[in-house]
Amino acid sequence: MFKKILIANRGEIACRIIRTARAMGIATVAVYSDADRNAMHVRLADEAVRLGPPPSAQSYLLIDAIVAACKATGAEAVHPGYGFLSEKTAFAEALAKAGVAFIGPKPHAITAMGDKIESKKLAKASGVNTIPGYTDVIDGPDHAVKIAREIGYPVMLKASAGGGGKGMRVVHNDEECHEGFERATNEAVSSFGDGRVFAEKYIEEPRHIEIQVMADAHGNTLYLNERECSIQRRHQKVLEEAPSPFLDAKTRKAMGEQAVALAKAVDYESAGTVEFIVDKNRNFYFLEMNTRLQVEHPVTEIITGLDLVELMIRVAAGEKLPLQQKDVKLNGWALEARVYAEDPFRNFLPSIGRLVYCQPPTASEFVRVDTGIEEGSEVSIFYDPMIAKLITSGSSRDQAIERMADALDAYYIRGVSHNIGFLNALVSHPRFKAGRINTNFIAEEYPDGFNAANVPQADPELPVVIAATLHCRFMDRAAKQSGQLPSHERHVGNDFVVIIGEQYHPVSVLRVAGGCEVRIAQRTHRVNLQWKFGDPLIHAVVNGRAVCFQLDRIGIRYRLTHRGAQLDVLVCTPRAAELNRRMIAKVPPDMSQFLLSPMPGLLVRLAVSVGQKLKAGEEIAVVEAMKMENSLRAATDVRISKILVEQGQSLVVDQPIVEFG
Amino acid sequence: MQDILQQLEEKRAAALQAGGQKRIDSQHAKGKLTARERIELLLDGDSFEEWDMFVEHRCTDFGMADQKITGDGVITGYGTINGRLVFVFSQDFTVFGGSLSEAHAEKICKVMDQAMKVGAPLIGLNDSGGARIQEGVASLGGYAEVFQRNMLASGVVPQISLVMGPCAGGAVYSPAITDFVFMVKDSAYMFVTGPDVVKTVTHEVVTAEQLGGAITHSTKSGVSDLALENDVEALLTTRRFFNFLPASNRQKPPIWPCEDSPTREEASLDTLVPDDPAKPYDIKELITKVADEGDFFELQPDYARNIVTGFIRLEGTTVGVVANQPMVLAGCLDINSSRKGARFVRFCDAFNIPILTLVDVPGFMPGTAQEYGGIIKHGAKLLYAYAEATVPKVTLITRKAYGGAYDVMASKHLRGDVNLAWPSAEIAVMGPKGAVEIIFRKDIGDPAAIAVRTEEYREKFANPFVAASRGYIDDVIMPRQTRARVCRSLAMLRDKQLTNPWRKHGNIPL
Repeated sequence: MFKKILIANRGEIACRIIRTARAMGIATVAVYSDADRNAMHVRLADEAVRLGPPPSAQSYLLIDAIVAACKATGAEAVHPGYGFLSEKTAFAEALAKAGVAFIGPKPHAITAMGDKIESKKLAKASGVNTIPGYTDVIDGPDHAVKIAREIGYPVMLKASAGGGGKGMRVVHNDEECHEGFERATNEAVSSFGDGRVFAEKYIEEPRHIEIQVMADAHGNTLYLNERECSIQRRHQKVLEEAPSPFLDAKTRKAMGEQAVALAKAVDYESAGTVEFIVDKNRNFYFLEMNTRLQVEHPVTEIITGLDLVELMIRVAAGEKLPLQQKDVKLNGWALEARVYAEDPFRNFLPSIGRLVYCQPPTASEFVRVDTGIEEGSEVSIFYDPMIAKLITSGSSRDQAIERMADALDAYYIRGVSHNIGFLNALVSHPRFKAGRINTNFIAEEYPDGFNAANVPQADPELPVVIAATLHCRFMDRAAKQSGQLPSHERHVGNDFVVIIGEQYHPVSVLRVAGGCEVRIAQRTHRVNLQWKFGDPLIHAVVNGRAVCFQLDRIGIRYRLTHRGAQLDVLVCTPRAAELNRRMIAKVPPDMSQFLLSPMPGLLVRLAVSVGQKLKAGEEIAVVEAMKMENSLRAATDVRISKILVEQGQSLVVDQPIVEFG
Repeated sequence: MQDILQQLEEKRAAALQAGGQKRIDSQHAKGKLTARERIELLLDGDSFEEWDMFVEHRCTDFGMADQKITGDGVITGYGTINGRLVFVFSQDFTVFGGSLSEAHAEKICKVMDQAMKVGAPLIGLNDSGGARIQEGVASLGGYAEVFQRNMLASGVVPQISLVMGPCAGGAVYSPAITDFVFMVKDSAYMFVTGPDVVKTVTHEVVTAEQLGGAITHSTKSGVSDLALENDVEALLTTRRFFNFLPASNRQKPPIWPCEDSPTREEASLDTLVPDDPAKPYDIKELITKVADEGDFFELQPDYARNIVTGFIRLEGTTVGVVANQPMVLAGCLDINSSRKGARFVRFCDAFNIPILTLVDVPGFMPGTAQEYGGIIKHGAKLLYAYAEATVPKVTLITRKAYGGAYDVMASKHLRGDVNLAWPSAEIAVMGPKGAVEIIFRKDIGDPAAIAVRTEEYREKFANPFVAASRGYIDDVIMPRQTRARVCRSLAMLRDKQLTNPWRKHGNIPL
């Protein structure tokens, strides 16, 4: 076994690999860029080597520097993690040349699977299902029908020159195919000036399900069951789980065996993932193979009880896999949520900055937090903005989901925008709970984006109860301050009104031993707050059920966050509530006549002048943020009536740049 | 007797009716509460004791003899906020537009005098069209009587003005003298001369909101300390604010039961100051992480944002915080931030509120705008305020403390009681680059030599040790322990006694 390994990565995955290495008694070497000098992975490792300045190309992607670091520290092997150099043949080769083991597959396997077309051919040759289709040009409607019958309906007709859905037609029978071909051809001609059309099997309600494989150098190749990663946003995985709620034992076995066949075809070693797309009838088709440890590997570890990183290290050291296919377990359920620094309210733009507060949920047998950053860390512009992977498990899917929702409720991050609320809304969604998911889930359920003020709650009375109890605690405490008029001290009443948006909920709160009784209409809720002033998390037992809310105080209001919803709550006396109804709701000013900066940044270019008329789509300004130039264009035909900022000025988010009219 | 009771009943009913239902409805239609409703929200339920409900004006000119409304446009009295005594007046816009008559002024003066005698704060709810023109000079006299009392009460009892409607002309000077001015957005405005006069005299076209609205005064002029959404928000916020204030200059601030440990460590503060000295960070993170329960009541949050002022509690009692904000203008002191800081420091000093000063200041803002604007005198206000203050003063230098600005920001030399520094502190006459270009002026043409000298200077002064070696810094502390160290320092200072020499009053460079 190796005595020392180097981890050519950063963030959570570097920390996770270091943890396994340490448990195996292997010393670890971290590498870092200047931006990561004080990062968690650097502190966890036994040694650390600086690679260069923050940009990846000048640090984590420098093959020579990493090989040199191995030499300098005497590391015998390198774990590449995921991303960066993990699937670069040149890296594996350079290490081999230097006599350092690569904890991953051999270079030829990386190359073979790295080419998307070659890998499909290889898959087909190995007996792996690939999406049926006819890649040559179709002659005419009758030819189209013939081909469609061969492929099997439904079939998608696509313009060869196409893109963006134009010239695309899904057909379900001969008649539709006939007509659809002509339409598709016409559209293709008018849109692209090229009428060529080809056909492919249309995957209905596609699900992304992948098989984890693990192979050693002694001819043992196993499949470690599947993971379902259908919850995606623009091809980025958001939630992953194992097993899939969709597969039956037969399909699982068939997919597993095909995955193994493909791995064997390239003499695969180490961990790899074969990705499939699965239709609503459980037909599955090969997409690609990833020749590395996947981000979502923990869910497989939980249901199989294996440590994939450990197995990878052992295989790289030449050991045999310690188990056979029949020993591979599938116990319980595991769910992973990717916590990202991104803004769900602004189309998921990455968010950067300091994690002013970062309090992950308490880890336990059922809750695992894989992270590489902590309170006070900086989410920088240079790397993937992932904050953590939150993994929960249970004996059933429902239990794993419930634990995920609870863990997300207890995950308190402030300072950067994050997707925790969105994740919680997803796992609490009835359709997700029912397992009726596919890769279009997010697009279908959140067509207008995510709005935290509008997340349905299983128990809408719960925030009312919590807010009322909380307010009582604050009021009772305020009534204990010094300096009151003797015998005219403050007496806090029992009746309050909890105002959430337009909703007024009259409540009465009785202080009883060990908590409160909150009465709403005719219902009484027994509440016990386990919370002290200043805690951002309110743990409470309401009617015997444990719940967790996040609390931020915004002036006189309480901002409560729970199960993906964010509610600004005002609690006051009945009289104050009555008077509050007299307040006039203020309409936010109409900003449609302004071009607003979508992010904080530098106005590097302002390409217009007053009075200029622009067509929709023409560029107005360029804002640089996070080293990226973002072109701001006219959404409709407009005339510039006023320029409100100067080129070179730094802008805050939503700052008006020009006025139209 | 029965007759008297009936008369009393009638008079009360008339007073409660104020300017009549029509005017009350019109007030409500504007999203404004009536003078009485406001008092109800401001004070503890049923705690209000009203005085002078039956006062009427004495004007007979212009038909006023026939127009009398009991109470005469202002409601006065006292009550409690969380059990603590407070005097209030609330101008009633439904009665003669809330205009100030001689009698109206007398009512206000009466509660002011009483507040002074018993040592309790005064809160004024302003909503008035201005002077009662029919009364002429009597009304002006009334204003001056109020101004005089505002001045006498200044530094004796806290005075808060809530501007909840118009407050124009001479009327503005009463809130101007009080300690804090809160304004309600869209309904309050304050100006010395209104848009019409402005247009006549200067041909400037401006709306009342632009000229003197809540946003204007809380971002541009600094007249207002807070701009609040509406009446309810303003009144409930004032209750929250009141909890920080002592009753008078003879009292200490109130004490609350506190569940937040004074020794709470904040590991993340160790990384608050970025490695790159040119990179900003948000000083408010330090303030909230030091404060009990993270509760920081900021004042003037949108004005002169290069300095941050407001109240926190430490171990359950009020502390005033003044902090340079590196996020804005690098935390430089300029005219506005000096004035903002100085006035806040003087309030704390007057009312026995300890001051925590957080320093990261690269110096005073250079430029003609500043010099012509009199930065010398304005900067001196902050210097004067700190030098004059005798309350406990704890100062923490987080990063830069350069030049005269170092002296100003509650330095040891200005009788700072406890002066602490983080390891990242740099206490020097100026930044290394500037210093070297002066000391080694002849080397300016030689970048290599300058670089060496700069590094030398940085090594010598870009740390807290030179200052510490002279005792200007009492200790260098780990950022994570800031709360514990500040809490303990203030505990030690609880019974501090220090008196300035007797004088009629000092001559602050106004």
